[in-house]
Amino acid sequence: MAGKPKVAICWLGGCGGCDEAVVDINEVILRVVEVFDIVLWPVALDFKYDRIERMDDGAIALSVINGNVRNADQEEMAKLLRRKSQLVVAFGACACFGGTPGLANLRTKKDIFDWVYRDAPTVVNPEKNYPKTKVSSNGAVLTLPEFYEQVYPLNQIIDVDYYLPGCPPPPDLIVNAFMAVLEGKLPPRGSTLAPHKALCDTCERNKTKPSRIAIRDIKRIHEVEAQSNTCFLAQGILCMGPATRTGCGETCININIPCRGCFGPVEGVKDAGAKYISALASIIDAEEEKDVKRILDKVNDEVGYLYRFSVPASILRKRRVSEVEEQ
Amino acid sequence: MTKKLTINPITRLEGHGKIEIFLDDNGGVKDAYFQVVELRGFERFCLGRPAEEMPRIVPNICGVCPSPHNLASTKALDDLYSVEPTPTAKLIRQLHFNAFYVEDHFIHFFFLSAPDFVLGPDADPADRNIVGLIKKVGPDVGGKVIDIRKRCREIIKLIASKPAHPEGGLPGGVSRGITSEEREWIKETADDTVQFTQVALGLFKDLVLGNKKYLDMVMNEAYKLQTYYMGLVDENRKVNFYEGKIRVVDPKGKEYVTFDPRKYADHMGEWVEPWTYVRLTHLRKLGWNGLIEGEGTSLYRVGPLARLNVADGMATPLAQKEYEQMFDALGGKPSHHTLAFHWARLIETLQAAEDMQRIANDPMLTGKDIRNMNLKLKKVGIGCVEAARGTLIHHYETDGQGLITKVNLIVATQQNAAPICLSVKKAASEYIKNGEVKEGMLNRVEMAFRPYDPCLACATHALSGETPLEVIIRDSTGETVKTLKRP
Repeated sequence: MAGKPKVAICWLGGCGGCDEAVVDINEVILRVVEVFDIVLWPVALDFKYDRIERMDDGAIALSVINGNVRNADQEEMAKLLRRKSQLVVAFGACACFGGTPGLANLRTKKDIFDWVYRDAPTVVNPEKNYPKTKVSSNGAVLTLPEFYEQVYPLNQIIDVDYYLPGCPPPPDLIVNAFMAVLEGKLPPRGSTLAPHKALCDTCERNKTKPSRIAIRDIKRIHEVEAQSNTCFLAQGILCMGPATRTGCGETCININIPCRGCFGPVEGVKDAGAKYISALASIIDAEEEKDVKRILDKVNDEVGYLYRFSVPASILRKRRVSEVEEQ
Repeated sequence: MTKKLTINPITRLEGHGKIEIFLDDNGGVKDAYFQVVELRGFERFCLGRPAEEMPRIVPNICGVCPSPHNLASTKALDDLYSVEPTPTAKLIRQLHFNAFYVEDHFIHFFFLSAPDFVLGPDADPADRNIVGLIKKVGPDVGGKVIDIRKRCREIIKLIASKPAHPEGGLPGGVSRGITSEEREWIKETADDTVQFTQVALGLFKDLVLGNKKYLDMVMNEAYKLQTYYMGLVDENRKVNFYEGKIRVVDPKGKEYVTFDPRKYADHMGEWVEPWTYVRLTHLRKLGWNGLIEGEGTSLYRVGPLARLNVADGMATPLAQKEYEQMFDALGGKPSHHTLAFHWARLIETLQAAEDMQRIANDPMLTGKDIRNMNLKLKKVGIGCVEAARGTLIHHYETDGQGLITKVNLIVATQQNAAPICLSVKKAASEYIKNGEVKEGMLNRVEMAFRPYDPCLACATHALSGETPLEVIIRDSTGETVKTLKRP
C-alpha cells in the first residue's frame, strides 16, 4: 500500500469524450501519472479487471467514473469500483445526471429495439432476430450483457462522494480535482467540484443584460442571427444560463450558441428544469393567459431544453413519452 | 471439444465491444465474432427534439469522433431546410473538419500503429507503446504530436466549442466567424501540420519500405481481406471528406455503383444477428451473404484505405504523390491489405493539412456572411460526411414545426464490424493450430483489428498505446484452460 495513491479511471455508458477530456489536460497528464499509480484506465491502459478484483476493499484512493449505467456489465463494474475505492467521483454529465443518452428514459426498451432491429429503413431482418443475452451461433455460445429498461446516473447505483459535471468537464476543473485529492483538500462529501454560481453570474454577456428582461416571443436558434454580445434571453433565445451551474468556461457562449445545461443545476437546486421554468415565467412579458401560452408554446420540446442532460436524475426520472404528453 | 477465446473488452463503438474466437474439433479457428455489447438508442430518444438542436446532441454518440457527427447532422439540416451554406460558412466547417482529421488520424497513427512497426510486432508490450516509440525516434517527435493535437483542438474549440462535444453548426451556416488575428495562428498551425505530416510519412516509409520483414507482413495473406469498398468522391473522383457522391468498387476495383448519399437506403442494408447489438451493414442489392470475403461477398469496407481505393486520387498535390507511391508499392488498386489502412491514414492527414492551408489562405475565410437565412423546411434531410473511420449518414424527418419524427443513422465502424470478424479470424488462424495458441497471437489479433481504428484507437491511448486485451481460452464446459493477457 505504500507509495503513490492508486487511481482508477473508468467509463461505463459513455462516449469516450470524458476520457478525451482527461487527455486534454495535456502536459499535466504526465504529472498526474507521476504522482498517482493509475491501476485502471480501460481506454488508455492495459485493462486489469481481475487485478482490481483481487485488491483489498478500499485499496484504491480514487475512482473517477464517467458514463451512465444502462446494462448489467456497467452495474457490475460500478459496484466493484465502489467496493475497492475510498473515493468515487462521478465524472461528466452522464455519470452525474444521466447525460443526453438519459433522454432514452422517455422510451421503452421495446420501442428502441423495435426501431433499431426491425423498423429502421435500412434494416434487413427476415429472420426477425433481436440481440439476446445468450445465443448459440454455429455451435458456439455467445453472451451479451442485459440492456436495462432505463438509464441510471451513477448515484442511483452506488454511493458517490463527489461530482464533476460537464459534457465533458473542462481541463481546469479536472486538474483542480486531482490536486485536491492529492493534497487532501477536499470539500465535504457529496460536494460538486465546481463553482456554486449560475452561468449567468460569470457570463460576459451579463453586462449587457437589461435590469429586467421582458420577452414577447421565443426564437429558435436557426430562426435568428443572434447578436454576439447580447444576452441570449434578452434576444428571446432560450439559454439555460440562469438555472445552470457555471464552470464550463462559457465555450458555447463564445461561439455564439446558448447554454443547454451540461453542468447541471446550480448549488442547492435539485431539479434544473423546475428552476428554469420559474426563471422563464418571470421574464415573459404578457398579461393575458392566452399570450403567455402563445409565447411558451414556442418552447416546443420542454424535456429536450430543460432536461437535455438530466432526465434520469430529474423529477422525470423515467417517465415515458406517453405520460409526458398527457401532462 | 469446442474451445472459446474471449477478448474483452476491446473497444467502444457506440459503446463497448469484445471478440470471441471459437476453435473446432481439430483445434483450428472455426469462427470469430466481433461483438458490440452496448446500445444507447439515439435514433429513438432524438424523436421530438427540434431538428436544429441535433448537431448539439449527436456528438454524444462518440466523444472520440464527435466532429463528423456534428457535421453530418449540420449537413442534414441544410438538406432539411433546402439551404446552401454561405461560402464563408462552408470554409469554416471544412476547417473544423480538417483540424479534426489531423488530430484524430495523428493520434491513431503515432499512439497505436507506429509502435507496431517502429518497435516491431513481436517487441515486448512493455516497450511496444508510445513511450517506447519516443525512446526510439526521439522526444521531439512525441512533443510535436502533442503540440499539433493541442493546436488542432484549439481550432475546433474556436469554431465549435468543446472538441469532445462540438456544439456549433446551423442550417445554412455556422454560429461564429473567424477574425484576421485568428487566421494568423490557424495559418501557422496548417503550415506546421503539412510539414510535420511529411516528416511522419518519411518515417513510415523508411521503416516499412526499408524493412522487408514488415513489408512481408503487410502483404501477408493473414492481413488481406477481399471486399467491396465505399467512400465519398468529388466531381473529379478525388477523395473528399466533407461532400460528394458515394462510390463503391468491387473486390476487383471495378465501379459497382456511384450514388447520391440521399439514396443510401437503396444501397446499404443492416443485417441483425442475435449475438451483437450492432447491425451488420452490407450492400443491400447483393443481399446478406454472411461473413465471407471474395467472390459472392456483399460486405464492404470503409475508412482510409477504402476511400483511397474508391477514388482516382487525392485532392491535393503533395498527398497525390504519396497516393501514387503507396499503390505502386502495394501492387496496384484496389489494395486489400488491411495493414495499409495505416499508410492511407497518413496520406489522408496530409490532404487534410494541405486543405487546411488552402482554407487558411482563402480571403473568404474571414468573411462576415456566415449564415444563409433562406430556410424552407421540406421535412426530410439527409447529411453525409466521411468520418475518420468511414462513411457516416444522418437521416432526419420532421413534422411541420421542424420537430424530429424519424432518425436513421449509419455509422462508420458498424460498416466495418463484419469485416473485422473476418480479419480477426484470418489473423488468429495463422497463430492457432491444433489447439495450440502460439506466442504472439494476442499481438497479431490486435494488429488485425487495429487498422480499422474501431474507435478505440483514440487520443486516450496516450499513456501506453496498448489495446487492452485479455484472452481466455475455455473448454466446452466453460472451464478456463489458459488465460493470456498483458503483463
